[in-house]
Order: sequence, then C-alpha cells, then structure tokens
Amino acid sequence: MSARRVTVRAGAWSLRVRPRSVVVSAVLVLAALALALVNLSTGDFPVPFGEVLRSLFGTAGDGTAYVVRELRLPRVLVAMLVGAALGISGGIFQTLTRNPLGSPDFIGLTAGAATGALVVMLLLGGDGLAVAAGALVGCLATFGVIYLLAFRRGAQPVRLVLMGIGVSAMLVAFDTLLIVRARLEEMMEAQLWLIGSITNSTMFEVALIGGALVLLLPLVLRYGRDLDMLSLGDETATAHGIRAERSRLVLAVVSVALAAVATAVSGPIAFVALAAPQLASRLTRSPGAGLGAAAAMGAFLLTVSDWVGRRILPLDLPVGVVTAALGGLYLVWLLAGEWRRGRQLT
Amino acid sequence: MTSARLGARELTLAYDGSPVVSTLDLDIADGSFTVIVGPNACGKSTLLKALARVLRPRSGAVVLDGAEIASYPTKEVARRLGLLPQSPLVPPGIVVEDLVARGRFAHQRLLRQWSAQDADAVSDAMRLTGVTDLADRYVDELSGGQRQRVWLAMVLAQQTSIMLLDEPTTFLDLAHQIDVLDICAELHEGGRTIVAVLHDLNQAARYATNLVVMEAGRIVAQGPPAEILTADLVATVFGVPCLVIPAPATDTPMVVPLHRSHRTAATPAVPANAG
Repeated sequence: MSARRVTVRAGAWSLRVRPRSVVVSAVLVLAALALALVNLSTGDFPVPFGEVLRSLFGTAGDGTAYVVRELRLPRVLVAMLVGAALGISGGIFQTLTRNPLGSPDFIGLTAGAATGALVVMLLLGGDGLAVAAGALVGCLATFGVIYLLAFRRGAQPVRLVLMGIGVSAMLVAFDTLLIVRARLEEMMEAQLWLIGSITNSTMFEVALIGGALVLLLPLVLRYGRDLDMLSLGDETATAHGIRAERSRLVLAVVSVALAAVATAVSGPIAFVALAAPQLASRLTRSPGAGLGAAAAMGAFLLTVSDWVGRRILPLDLPVGVVTAALGGLYLVWLLAGEWRRGRQLT
Repeated sequence: MTSARLGARELTLAYDGSPVVSTLDLDIADGSFTVIVGPNACGKSTLLKALARVLRPRSGAVVLDGAEIASYPTKEVARRLGLLPQSPLVPPGIVVEDLVARGRFAHQRLLRQWSAQDADAVSDAMRLTGVTDLADRYVDELSGGQRQRVWLAMVLAQQTSIMLLDEPTTFLDLAHQIDVLDICAELHEGGRTIVAVLHDLNQAARYATNLVVMEAGRIVAQGPPAEILTADLVATVFGVPCLVIPAPATDTPMVVPLHRSHRTAATPAVPANAG
C-alpha cells in the first residue's frame, strides 16, 4: 500500500483520508486565516495584529474593537464562508454533471439569482433583505425549472447542463431588459449588485451563510460519498447500493441551496464555484470532488481576492471583479502548463 | 431441480413504449455459469439490468433469496449481487487501486470507511484479476483489456456470490476476450454464480454451464449448451443457416455459419421472417 491514503481509526470507527488532501486543505485554511488577519488589521484605521487579536477576544479598547469586530470582521467572515459555500457547490455540481463547466455560474443558477434580485430591486422597489430573498427564490426556482425540463427517465447530467445554458441565456436577456428600462441610479445600483461585492457585509450576512453551511453540512457529509460512485455512471452506482436519482437530487438541491444563499449574501461572485474545485483537485491530485479541499480553496480564493481588491489597487474594487481576473488567470496558467507537460486530467 | 437464489417471475420490462421483455420466467441456478445470448435488441441486456435491480420492472418481479429484490435495502442487494455494466464511466484522474477500492462501498459506512476486510478484499480482487502491478496507474491510460480486468476487480472486491456481467468481452481483441472469460471461469470454479451476456455463440457454448437463448423478449431455449444448441435453433433465432459440430479440443458445440453458396443446398428451410 502506498501512502496515497491513510486510515485513521478510533475503536470501530475508521476514516480514510489522503494525506496530500489534508495537508493542502490545512495550508489553504491557514493561508486564508493569515490573510484574514491582515484584512482585519489594515485599512483607513490601521490596527496592529496584537490589537486585532485582543479585539476578537474582547479585551481591546472600545474604538478598536468596534472597527475590528463591527466593521471588518463581518466582511472577512463572509469572504471565507461564501468562498467555502461556492467551492462545495461547484464541486458537487461539476462532479454530478461530469463536466468542469457544469458549475452553478454556467448552468443558469447565478443568472436565476440575479433575475430574482433585480426583480425585487427594480420592479418591487425592495432592498437589503428583500433583495437577498429575491436572489434565493430566483436561484431555487431556476433550478426547479431546469430540473423538470431536463427530467426524462431521470435527470441526465448532459441534459441538465444544456438545459441550464439555454435557460441561463434567456434569464441574462431578461436581466438586461430590466436594467436598460430602469432609471439611472437604479441601474447603477443593480449593476453594482451584479458584480458581486462583500463590502457592506454585516453579522446578519455572516449568520445567513454560516447557518446555511451548518444546516447543509450533514447532508454534504452523508451524500458526498455517493458522489464518487455516481461519477462511475448510474448503473454502477445503483449496483453498489445507491439510489442514483434520489442521491443526485439531494446533492443538486444542497449545491443549489449553497449557491443561492452565497449569491443572496454577496451578489453573483464570478468564477469561485468554477475554479475552486478544479484548482483543489489539481493541487491534491485526487480524483472526484474532494469537497473539503474545494471549500478550503474557495475560502482562500475569496479572501485573497478581497485583500487584492482592497490593498493592491488604489480603489476599493468589488471582490467579484478580482475573483474573475485572478481565478481566470490562475486556471489558464495551470491548464496551459498541464497540457504542455502532456498530462490531461480533464 | 437445483436451488436458485436469483430469478425472474412473470417479468415484463419496458423503457418508454412497448415491452422489451414480456412475462419472462427464469431461474439462475446457484453455482452456474449462465450465459444469455440472442440477437441484438432481444432484451438480454435489459433482462440483466432488471436482475441487477438497475431497471425497475413494469410488472412481475425479480426474486432474490425468496423475496422481491425491490423490498431489500439497496446496500443489502449490493452485498449479495454485483453488476459489471456494459460501459461504466471512468472518472478522470483515478488510479487503479482507488477504483477497485470503490467496489467496497456497500460494505462501508460514513464512520467506518476502511476495515481490514476492505483491504483484504481489494488486494485479493486485484491479485485474482492480475492487476496488482497496475495499482498506481491511471485507469484512463490503460488499454481496453487491462481496463476490463480492473472493472472485474472492482466487482470482485464487492465480494458478492452472484456476479452479473453485461457483455464483458465487447470491444476486446480475441486474446483479451479469452482472458476475461478465463477469469470468469475461475471465479465460477471458486463457487460463484456468474451470469453473463455474450455475443459470441462459440465462446458462450464453451464457457457456459447453462445457456439461455432469447428472442424478441422471450426465452426460446435454456439448458446445457451441448443439449440445446442446434443448427435449427441458431437458424430460427439468428436467421443464420449453419452447421453445429463438436468443437475440436473442447467437444463443446461449435457453430459454423454456412457460406452463401452452400446455403440453399445444405440447410433446412429457414423461415423467411426469422430474426
């Protein structure tokens, strides 16, 4: 037996892990935490690291504690949690659809969330929580439509992706229609939301995305194992004791719910759901979803992007712009290198 | 009458429209090497899928150990009966050992993911199929023959006493076809019940202890190949005039299709609508 996998035992319990995946995930989480610390300490009102830690544990002065805990902490936490949620969501969907492009941003879920948010913003005149609710409803409704339209003797992955792309195109057209018909300041507000930003996050958003993750985690753990088997085809999965259609539906709903809440909290953040699982599986060199590593990679990507958006450039850039630019660049570089070396994982 | 753990009772199978298999009864004798043959679209693969509970019957039932197969928890079925589908998917970037290890899924739980039995089953399965040396190779880089052995190893790791194989030799060259069938024969001799769908009648006749011949969703003949495989049967079912002679070396029946020029002279009348 090589050291590709190691079994951790405790009494009758045993977990099978890949050392490489654990190390990669741990490094990503530590890097995200370190950057989060930097994000907490820097800004118009610099706070030394020591003060940051004291603020977090409640022993710093009121002013500093306010800046760190009320102004900066929610944004930092939202970055990590939304990143993790998008990483898991993308990992599930890409594995289910057996297609790296089968991530929520591509098959119309993000477009659906955007439509929901824009309808609330521009037609119903709502804001804040109402917009988030609109995004949530839009995303879930879009998935419902795609699933039903793609369903014929089971929802086959390819049909799901193609139907999603079709529905996505229509929704984007509708979004554009809504925007061009809006008044100028509404138009700008809508456009800003569409870029994806975590600048104005509060503890409410943290609770929303954190709650969704906690709530869905048991399902991710239970059904995440089915994902590996489903990737061998429905017949093989069924032959090994999986109810393929039910597993796929549960996993899809979990993935959609994560993407929906993430988008409701931060607006559509481009590319994390697509790139995080791909980058994670290349770094861990593991087949299949590797949802833990995908979550860690998502959290890291979004935290880095937030840091870059705030610090590297002179203006406070929305995080969505940075994720698209950075993630795209990294993936292109990685794929190009892989193809040059003649290895082909996808 | 030998005992049969697996069987079909008045089984009718359909995808969308008209039935592919209608009111079919079949017993898979324990310890047999049953081979199902028949022309394309006769329903043999469909039948195998239903036996493996991959396809739900329109009516009738598949019976496993005295109870309807649908009444078992799915993982319980997977511990008694394994299936190698016709074209399983290879996820990108998976190595042989990991794929074979996935065959243990039905024996594992969320908090009991790897036991000593799992490790033994995987290494035994890899040894029996001769893929131990390929353990660290990527499955998508293997040849067709090697890959089929790996899939067999995965089904083997499931440690079921009944194994269903859907056209395990298709797309393989002759050497690898024999290779796969020899592994099946070895497993059969080790006490397993094997059910395979095959295309080559001569291979079927050589390896099967029980031959099931299907036509248009029905079973038209069943029994030891030497007793049932006749020129008449092949002509009726496949529409191919032929001679059936004892094969040299094995003495199992051998089907020799007749050359066009011999057909009219040497064959019994072939029904015009055969096949």
